[in-house]
Amino acid sequence: MEAWILSLVTFFPVVGAMLLLFIRKEREAAIRWAALMTAVVTFLLSLLMLSGFDSSDPDLQMVVRLPWFSIGDLQIEYFLGVDGLSILLVLLTTFLTVLSIISTWTAIVERVREFMIFFLLLETGMVGVFLGMDLFLFYVFWEFTLVPMYFLIGVWGGERRMYAAIKFFLYTMAGSIFMLLAIIWLGLEGGTFSVPDLIEAQAIPGNLQFWLFLAFAAAFAIKVPMWPLHSWLPDAHVEAPTAGSVILAGVLLKMGTYGFLRFNLGLFPEASIRLAPWVALFAVIGIIYGAAVAYAQKDVKKLVAYSSVSHLGFVMLGLFALNIQGLQGGIVQMINHGLSTGALFLIVGMLYERRHTRDMDAFGGLWRVMPIYAGLTLIVVLSSMGLPGLNGFVGEFTILIGSFGSEAIGSVWFTIVAVVGVILAAVYMLYMFQKLFLGPLDNDKNKVLLDINRREIFTLVPIVILIFWIGLYPRPFFGLTEASVAKVVELVSSAAITMR
Amino acid sequence: MTADTLFSLAPLVILFPLLGFVFNLVAGRRISERGAGIVASAAVGLAFVIAILQFVALGLDPAGATIHIAEWIAIGELEVDWALQIDTLSVTMLLMVTGVGGLIHIYAIGYMHDDVRFQGDPSRFPRFFVYFSLFMTAMLILVTGNSYLTMFVGWEGVGLSSYLLISFWYEKGENGIGNALAGKKAFIVNRVGDLGFIIAMLITFWFFGTLTFEEVFSEAEAMGAAAVTAATAITLFLFVGAAGKSAQIPLFVWLPDAMAGPTPVSALIHAATMVTAGIYMLVRNAPLLELATVTPNVIAIVGAATALLAASIAVARFDIKRVLAYSTISQLGFMIAAVGIGAYVAAIFHLVAHAFFKALLFLSAGSVIQGVEHGHHHADSAEEDFNPNDMRVMGGLRTRMKVTFWVYLIGALALAGIPPLAGFFSKDEILADASHVNPAVYWVLVLAAFLTAFYMGRQVLMVFFGKPRSKAAEATKESPATMVAPLVALAVLAVGGGLINAPGLLPLTRFLQETLAGIEEPEFIAAIAILTTLLALASIGLAWLLYGRRPIKSRAPDPLQSRLGPVWIAIRHRWWVDEFYDWLIVRRYVSMARWLAEVADERFLHDWVHDRVIALGYVRATHWLASVLDLRFIDRGFDGLGALTRRGASGLGVLQTGYVRNYAAAVFIGLVLVVSYLLLS
Repeated sequence: MEAWILSLVTFFPVVGAMLLLFIRKEREAAIRWAALMTAVVTFLLSLLMLSGFDSSDPDLQMVVRLPWFSIGDLQIEYFLGVDGLSILLVLLTTFLTVLSIISTWTAIVERVREFMIFFLLLETGMVGVFLGMDLFLFYVFWEFTLVPMYFLIGVWGGERRMYAAIKFFLYTMAGSIFMLLAIIWLGLEGGTFSVPDLIEAQAIPGNLQFWLFLAFAAAFAIKVPMWPLHSWLPDAHVEAPTAGSVILAGVLLKMGTYGFLRFNLGLFPEASIRLAPWVALFAVIGIIYGAAVAYAQKDVKKLVAYSSVSHLGFVMLGLFALNIQGLQGGIVQMINHGLSTGALFLIVGMLYERRHTRDMDAFGGLWRVMPIYAGLTLIVVLSSMGLPGLNGFVGEFTILIGSFGSEAIGSVWFTIVAVVGVILAAVYMLYMFQKLFLGPLDNDKNKVLLDINRREIFTLVPIVILIFWIGLYPRPFFGLTEASVAKVVELVSSAAITMR
Repeated sequence: MTADTLFSLAPLVILFPLLGFVFNLVAGRRISERGAGIVASAAVGLAFVIAILQFVALGLDPAGATIHIAEWIAIGELEVDWALQIDTLSVTMLLMVTGVGGLIHIYAIGYMHDDVRFQGDPSRFPRFFVYFSLFMTAMLILVTGNSYLTMFVGWEGVGLSSYLLISFWYEKGENGIGNALAGKKAFIVNRVGDLGFIIAMLITFWFFGTLTFEEVFSEAEAMGAAAVTAATAITLFLFVGAAGKSAQIPLFVWLPDAMAGPTPVSALIHAATMVTAGIYMLVRNAPLLELATVTPNVIAIVGAATALLAASIAVARFDIKRVLAYSTISQLGFMIAAVGIGAYVAAIFHLVAHAFFKALLFLSAGSVIQGVEHGHHHADSAEEDFNPNDMRVMGGLRTRMKVTFWVYLIGALALAGIPPLAGFFSKDEILADASHVNPAVYWVLVLAAFLTAFYMGRQVLMVFFGKPRSKAAEATKESPATMVAPLVALAVLAVGGGLINAPGLLPLTRFLQETLAGIEEPEFIAAIAILTTLLALASIGLAWLLYGRRPIKSRAPDPLQSRLGPVWIAIRHRWWVDEFYDWLIVRRYVSMARWLAEVADERFLHDWVHDRVIALGYVRATHWLASVLDLRFIDRGFDGLGALTRRGASGLGVLQTGYVRNYAAAVFIGLVLVVSYLLLS
């Protein structure tokens, strides 16, 4: 199993996508089922990967490493591996892909085959980003994810889909160019593209680390997105079809935070320590800014989009605390955000499918006609605003613990302002809940709405189960990441000693 | 049975309400109203039995026990378990919460039966008990949690249930949204308090390396003087949390609005149990408060000020429940002040006694409101905007609701501090302690006690005496037995509740000494007892002069209006605190959020920086590159990307052409730069 499982998890969706080409495009039901089955099998494969994962081992596991091609002396490898930093993200990807495909059942009715093909290709790209351990290979996967997402927004999106799709593409691409330059430089200087080897060597002098850090950060900060580089996100979210938004918020943004975690912290620990207060500053601005701007939205999807800016600020604050609590919290919060925001986009999509509007003023009192929908939404809303006992709190609190005592961040004020963000999260989330579900049911169009059906319930229930699981008993999740995180912390603290 | 066996049953105290919650959530709609109510009440009843067993166990082993259930969070040094702390302090609360809670549950079966019909949605009945059980679960987690973090779970859990129950009739209230807004306000104001709680936990963890109460306290004791600064900071932030939950200055504004919830909610959550959580939490932290320097004074002053401010506002209310709401804030101020002067037992004593008589008052008020509502329907009166809570439409109910009248009177006298009722002993213990420690606080509290007797006298006279001031009041009848029976039980507790820490015997002090080491036995000061009793009687007499001798007319202004002048205007407007917050915080935040969204984000970042500077700049730059370097595919790549997609993803061919061009353009620029860098360096 060792040798092939990661390749299988990565490329099985491509196999499924190719099979879809052999189904006549009129047979939409068959296409949907085939796509779903592909995603389910991929998910099961990722569980198989989990079963073989040794959480006490901090290093890469199930490694596959083959020469791919070379430029001069520089060997580029087909190099996949998984460790505690990436395993949860891989599982999140395969999990959300299944739910997203189910959510498209009645929402996507045009060009179903192409949609599913792009969707499965996207899955391969995302998994590849998390598993690729050769910088070049990683970069290929990283850029590759843009393409299917570009088409998902551009073809199946809303009214301004072209604008949003191009903006998404160019914005993220612009940042990536700097990363590409840095990758090429690293390869030429270090003589290898292998990430673990480069991290092991720690051969980059401090002042150079600074510039390379910034080059990587350009790509990742746009992806996260960190304030003030978030301008592409609301457009992309508003125009993307529901399943696209779920994956965009749930997984694609995590590619940015994962990038910081894997590459910036690992390759440039000295620069990370030096720049931690700055990252914390932008993270905290993002927390407050995202929360405030979310509150001022009328379009519920935009509200959720801006809430991501706020939530990802917490993740960044945790990661750059550079201690065990901050990092653990940051990683778990990536998963939490994927679950709760993914669910929120599913929820918004269900409403949009019924009413073809996302203007919150058009709703009110929906609890009366859609009680199951309201109840499930409430749980997700509470998860998103960090109610203790649910997943969001576990992540947020450990992040706050981490950042409060962080030597790298150096001041408790960042954390105190971040706690204010916790209040503001309640403000915009409860506002949204009130606008949709509370108050009188006075719009005639809403009076005839049907509660969500079994398929829709089925897309939310697995997420709700995880929301409670992580909230009440997060041990298994923290356990998976523990060893690898400890290794990162060790790396950073030895860099701190060198700096002194 | 050994004490340990009994202690090991403690988790059941949480489990029973939790099961009740799950049962009613799943099956509540399929069984009868009575069934749903009985399940929820039985769950609390069983929890009460467990609480008694814990009390018995403490008799065998007064030191108590910690019961571990499971690991929760363990990251580095941060280790928090799901665990219960059973000691005399938590069991005192357990008994009160489950005992009073059980009675309120039984009452609610009758009350909600009518309420859902008055409000026009009988199908919502089971949901009420779902929320009630959720609340009990969270409250019992709060009380038994053995660490700051597990307590915080219950702390926010009760906040959530409070939110849900305040906005229970979410389509009612002012403009159809008033109740929902009241619920949201409660949650958000409490979150402001939670900010304090969270920061206190952060400091605690980094200073003491743990979040477990016992470990923090023993660590603090061992460190002694070295821990003073930390203890001061931690307790100050904890007090911010307590000020939110227990409705103290400056965060009390949510509690009056919370009266939008059905009356059993007001009795259970916003009088007897949840709002006392702040006091319980502070008493739990007595070891830190004993070390801290500034905090106790701050707490005492804020508590006393709140007691007086809220009492003054209560004088000018016409809504029967709002009087009680401000009264609750005021009484919570007494308890907080008690904590501040170090009278921890007195605080808990008053907390328990207050739970008895205030739950009684709220439930009786519910009985009055529903009686009037019944009368309103029965009389078929055409009065528009009829508000059954308004004391100006009541009057003369003494003869129409005999049991309710008598129990209400008992509750009111207990609150006013008339001997030998429960409130007399508990309030007196606070005052006696305050007179030693802090004379200023003492006199402020005496003044608040004077106002307390006055507004209660005013209320009883307006509601029950004189002649009915509306057809509804005239047609009012006594409430059903399920509602009246719990009232009688609570009335008995309000009469005899003083015994739990009767002077001389002091059973509660002895009991709590096991947990709160080193507390002194309170002194019974006869002079203070006589003074306050006389003041209360004088105050009631004053109320009689104003409202009893010549009962007010239904539309006439309050007799105080002309006598107090500007003071009346101030208390009528609740000292403009809500308006001030609205102006200072709410509107500022809303306009800031709008400005950020519309100007900073939309117009500046989105339209200008992105669309004009970056996008246009890119287009121009590529055109320039194209003309200079003759790389025509660059700009075609940009324009073509859109065009190709517009043609649709008819085949995967698009993928290659559309992608490759643009990609190639970007990569090419990158490579040119890299190569030139490498060549030049």
